[in-house]
Amino acid sequence: MRFKALRDVGDPVELGAAYSDAGADELVFLDIKATLGDRPTLVELVKRVAERLAIPFTVGGGVRSADDAERLLQAGADKVGVNSAALARPELITELAERLGSQAVVVAIDAEGGRVRSHAGTLSVGRDATEWAREAEQLGAGEILLTSIDADGTRDGYDLELTASVAGAVRVPVIASGGAGNAGHIADALAIAQAALLASILHEDPQRLAKLREEVRELGVPVR
Amino acid sequence: MNVAICGYGAGNVRSVEIAFRRLGAEITTDVTAADLAVLPGVGSAAAAMAGLRERGHDAALRERFDAGRPIFGICLGLQLALEWTEEDGGVDGLGLVAGRSARLQEGRVPRMGWAEVDDRGAFYFAHSYAAETPHATAWSEGVVAEARYGSFLGCQFHPEKSGALGALYLEEALSLSRV
Repeated sequence: MRFKALRDVGDPVELGAAYSDAGADELVFLDIKATLGDRPTLVELVKRVAERLAIPFTVGGGVRSADDAERLLQAGADKVGVNSAALARPELITELAERLGSQAVVVAIDAEGGRVRSHAGTLSVGRDATEWAREAEQLGAGEILLTSIDADGTRDGYDLELTASVAGAVRVPVIASGGAGNAGHIADALAIAQAALLASILHEDPQRLAKLREEVRELGVPVR
Repeated sequence: MNVAICGYGAGNVRSVEIAFRRLGAEITTDVTAADLAVLPGVGSAAAAMAGLRERGHDAALRERFDAGRPIFGICLGLQLALEWTEEDGGVDGLGLVAGRSARLQEGRVPRMGWAEVDDRGAFYFAHSYAAETPHATAWSEGVVAEARYGSFLGCQFHPEKSGALGALYLEEALSLSRV
């Protein structure tokens, strides 16, 4: 049972350290505007963040090859996230799993109405999210990071129906993402998924993470 | 204290280096002379064993072990110290410690996340295979979490990713090599 803190703007190094200090179980960085030209910047950033962390660190954004992924791992990331590139070329998942081990490969799936979208949600892919999750698992994904575009940013709770559909279809761990507003939402998600990702509710105040963990613990969910 | 990390060209060994440096250790490349040799837990068994052989680490580790000099294995590093693993179609390990590794059959696989180790607290795990050995010294949810034999200490979890508790564990591993 764990939380992840996601950050896609601001000073990632200080924020990463702050979340780590506040008790985050893992940290996820998704560089959603990543382009090939930004690759060296991301690697440098990963090095600086890794210096400050003692918790697992997942990095994604523009990863298109096992070489891209290897560079991120060598810089200090533990896991690599892939999304659009895996949709375009599913064999990428297998290449990553063979080179890095499945436990280092996170396939991120963004879904709206149960249908997969790519490129930060801007493009419709024409596939069912649960079916793509199953295929990603077959190809070697170690974890599925499932973001509900419908719920994302609403703070009204995770998309439990979508999460249950995917979690029930695969044997790999599933990370629920999108919609967290309070401890109750997190507890509900952790009853279905193996991890809950928090993003916007922490943006204003990283310290809120410590309080949320306590509240979730009080709801009877095992929190370390 | 100097620590050699037996990398084999793959994965994140940087976090292990960072963690040991934080504890005041110096990182060296000399596997034979180092106070402590570390087998990091990254990649997959076949590639890792090939990488260790290419670099002569397998022989160096065998010599250390025979001379009673400390070796510390993390995750895959624990499994590689055993005789054999089912991973990658079956791979011979270093054979320092009796036992083998088999694919996890229950629950979500890979087994990812924080889990309690006996009564020591929670540590971070990320694995699809687990050790089966008569030299197990700690368990987590029925899975071998630690094994010790001779001068070898191995843990299935990632202490370098297990926050403050993990740092304490690494400190203990370091102190064992001062003896």
